[in-house]
Amino acid sequence: MVNFILGLIVCLILIIAFMLFRVQTIVSIVKGHPRVGFSNKVNAALMLILPIAGVIAAGWYSGIAAKYYLPEAVSIHGKQTDFLFWVAIYIIVAMFLVTNAALFYFAYKYQYKEGRKVTFFYDNAQLEMVWTAVPAIILTVLVLWGNKVWWNMMSIPEDQKKQALQIEIMGKQFGWYTRYPGKDNKLGRYDFRLIDEVNEFGLDFEDKASEDDFMPKELHIPVGKPVVLNVRARDVLHSVFAPHFRLKMDAVPGMRTQFFFIPTKTTAQMRAELGKPDFNYEIACTEVCGKGHFAMKYIIVVEEEKEFKKWYAEQKPFLENNPEYRGKGMKSLLKKNLADSEKNKKQKELAEL
Amino acid sequence: MATHIHNESASIDALHHEHTQEHAHEHEHHHEESFIRKYIFSEDHKIISKQFLITGLFWAFLGGLMSVIFRLQLGFPEMKLEFLRPLLGTWINETGKLDPNFYLALVTMHGTIMVFFVLTAGLSGTFSNFLIPLQIGARDMASGFLNMLSYWFFFASSVVMFISLFVETGPAAGGWVVYPPLSALPQAMPGSGLGMTLWLVSMSLFIVSTLLGGINYITTVINLRTQGMSFARLPLTIWAFFVTAVLGLLSFPVLFAAALLLIFDRSLGTSFYLSEIYIGGEALPNMGGSPILYQHLFWFLGHPEVYIVLLPALGITSEIIATNARKPIFGYKAMVGSILGIGFLSFIVWAHHMFTSGMDPFLGSVFMFLTLIIAVPSAVKAFNYITTLWRGNIIFTPAMLFSVGLVSLFISGGVTGIILGNNALDIQLHDTYFVVAHFHLVMGSASFFGMVAGIYHWFPKMFGRMMDEKLGYIHFWLTFIGVYLVFFPMHYMGIAGFPRRYYSFTGFDAFKSFVDLNAFMSVAAIIAFSAQLIFAFNFFYSMFRGRRAPQNPWGSNTLEWTAPINPGHGNWIGDIPKVYRWAYDYSKPNADKDGFTDFIPQNIPLYQTPHSNLPHEQELAKIQEAEDREMKKLVG
Ligand code: HEM
Ligand SMILES: [Cu+2]
Ligand SMILES: [Cu+2]
Repeated sequence: MVNFILGLIVCLILIIAFMLFRVQTIVSIVKGHPRVGFSNKVNAALMLILPIAGVIAAGWYSGIAAKYYLPEAVSIHGKQTDFLFWVAIYIIVAMFLVTNAALFYFAYKYQYKEGRKVTFFYDNAQLEMVWTAVPAIILTVLVLWGNKVWWNMMSIPEDQKKQALQIEIMGKQFGWYTRYPGKDNKLGRYDFRLIDEVNEFGLDFEDKASEDDFMPKELHIPVGKPVVLNVRARDVLHSVFAPHFRLKMDAVPGMRTQFFFIPTKTTAQMRAELGKPDFNYEIACTEVCGKGHFAMKYIIVVEEEKEFKKWYAEQKPFLENNPEYRGKGMKSLLKKNLADSEKNKKQKELAEL
Repeated sequence: MATHIHNESASIDALHHEHTQEHAHEHEHHHEESFIRKYIFSEDHKIISKQFLITGLFWAFLGGLMSVIFRLQLGFPEMKLEFLRPLLGTWINETGKLDPNFYLALVTMHGTIMVFFVLTAGLSGTFSNFLIPLQIGARDMASGFLNMLSYWFFFASSVVMFISLFVETGPAAGGWVVYPPLSALPQAMPGSGLGMTLWLVSMSLFIVSTLLGGINYITTVINLRTQGMSFARLPLTIWAFFVTAVLGLLSFPVLFAAALLLIFDRSLGTSFYLSEIYIGGEALPNMGGSPILYQHLFWFLGHPEVYIVLLPALGITSEIIATNARKPIFGYKAMVGSILGIGFLSFIVWAHHMFTSGMDPFLGSVFMFLTLIIAVPSAVKAFNYITTLWRGNIIFTPAMLFSVGLVSLFISGGVTGIILGNNALDIQLHDTYFVVAHFHLVMGSASFFGMVAGIYHWFPKMFGRMMDEKLGYIHFWLTFIGVYLVFFPMHYMGIAGFPRRYYSFTGFDAFKSFVDLNAFMSVAAIIAFSAQLIFAFNFFYSMFRGRRAPQNPWGSNTLEWTAPINPGHGNWIGDIPKVYRWAYDYSKPNADKDGFTDFIPQNIPLYQTPHSNLPHEQELAKIQEAEDREMKKLVG
């Protein structure tokens, strides 16, 4: 009933609006149509008022929302990109304000006036030069700076590469899995054909390096130490995104990718600073991967080296929990497959006979 | 039409047009076209253009409606959406909420529809078709038949895509970029089943349509310009359509290749994009393929595509701003130069969509340099628009309002490109709402504004009637405010790291903030969408009941306004007008002494305007006069 009445009211309002519109049209047809009417002034005024109101509102909101923007960067490269980011933001906000201000101010100022003398101004090489050169110079500076930061991030010094902690992170529908190299600091071989419900990574235990690999529930890393994430995916594309670390790298089936970083603040420190005892660094997925894409959460725990070492030593290798996998690997799998297919062939031949 | 007649006596090029025109008469006299030939399987570029327009508007409505539905989910995650059950059926699950798979399907369809069906076919298809012959002075497209096919391929593509909305497993759902392996494996998500097959079929048809259209536009612009319409005198609209068609012709085939390989991977067991996959409890046999290959192929189209969408809008804006500021467009040469520059550069920046795909850091470096170069011609265009307004005498028609709005959106969305193009910064921002804000402002909204501006401006030429201006003003202000309120706040969320294509943000500590902002944006989206209903009413009402249009309602210089108010097939009744000057002689000093007001159309010879000619035009005036005298003698 309420719906019905509401619907009726809406219909009535629409009908009235339509009638008003009809009347206005007919009146305007009868009265004749001036080329430029009063509405021009209204539109011109709005061209001035609304952008100013908008900028004030945006400025105000930027202030109160500041605490929700970029979370503090907790990686070394993150601090560099953040600095560049804020400088770039100031530059583009300036560009945005200056050009929009000119646009709307001119729109307002040069609104139609009977008998206004229009300047027949259609070309000026100097002006064109200036506004080609100015953006070009600004962009050059940003590019060179950005390039430097990029290479700082992407080229890992040899010594750091060697001592870096190698961790594997694997995406699958829908979750993240991590693997540590164990005592030998060497990640063992894997093959997707070895994957099953228990051996999620498809580890190849014919490789000695696999034997001490372990897979924890959370990603632990020591503060201040270089870490290399070796990223892979099992089924479709995913992307590792750890916002606090300014870290993002796609996880691609069939291709290993890497991200190198050095964390700078422990989870405990961050909790204390924020006054949030349950704070955690998180990993999210940023490449659409299906139904559960929005829920691929994983926790990163950054801790002091001592704690980290202790934790590391406590972790049990996969093989210890699943001893039946010992020695199983690609060679035995291929052998088995071969034998199976031989057997199948034989059976088929027999059946045909 | 002009091409398939051949007359031996047409020895002088100039006479060519006379003959086409005779032929046009014949046409009118001899066979009255049947309704079907005239309105459905028409070869008249004007009818075809309207077909593109109406189909595009239909899709725009649908695409917009989808965005309202998923904005409800994002803004009000707790809301019960039972009331949508009659529309969406089982996509609303038992708890009265949108199914997450269907959320992705909606996002995907919204993107595909908006980018391809609305802003490519609806925008470029409509205005390239409508304006190219009318503005260059041609009786029709080079091939009316191909042109007709172009529309019907688009129609077929639309039908297939529309059907895909109703299949049991839902339409494609892997994002509008449909990256494999997700899109290649039906077991990965329901949308990758039949829905994805239909997506590929539909897009293949769409590509054929675009190519047929593009070839026609290019040929027409090169071959069928009327006498005197040199490239240097082309209105900027035509330059934009021309370059757009070239971009399409060079890039869409690559998308076709990408789609074809995807079809092979899906149904023939090949491994172009697939390797080492374990899914649904089994290891797939595919080895050696690369999902990255698809991304390269896709973005080789994808980036030019963003300009295919934007350039026509910019061309339309140039025309409208000059006309309504009553002032020549500033820096015509620079405008043409930047269109060409953007066109060229748009082919060598594609990998900036892949900075985090794991490609070689050196490539990342190269693509950052190239990407940021493209910002320069974009900036030049913005400055030229602004300077065109300076010391003009601006009439705010609805078209003009939307054009000014476009420039603002183009700037606001363009500046964030500078940040995204910087690979070091893109690491954090890639695939977050920052990117969503960027491209919705610079491409989505700006191009949509261009399309709407074009409709308001050329409606009188299309339908012989005027749209209501007051409704136009209301439509503009609601849309303009709405668009900024929806997309500007997305920057904040993007900076905070909110990933795109998320059904819900509540699972993460990091993305718990901005709940109110999300609700606010959803309300703004609903208002902006509702404002489009005003436009729809105005459009259809004015088509039948609007005020009758005068021949040249905006006081424009371009040739379409010299044609009859309701031009028939063949456009001009008598001779095709000859062109003597560029399209931007607005408010030329001393024009009043020549008997003109604040505009001198392109078909007015320079020798008729001795007082207002610029010094370098005086010489040209003499030449034109001599030529015309010569011609008269020949004909007489
Ligand atoms: C000022 C010049 C511009 C620069 C430097 C620039 C840069 C970029 C970059 C680097 C990205 C990738 C961001 C990411 O995914 O992480 C991007 C995305 C995008 N840009 Fe631009 N852009 C510019 C102008 C434009 C224009 C004019 C358009 C449209 C006409 C446009 C449309 C898009 C679209 C659609 C996307 C997102 C595609 C997607 O991932 O779905 N951009 N832009
Ligand atoms: Cu995902
Ligand atoms: Cu791009």
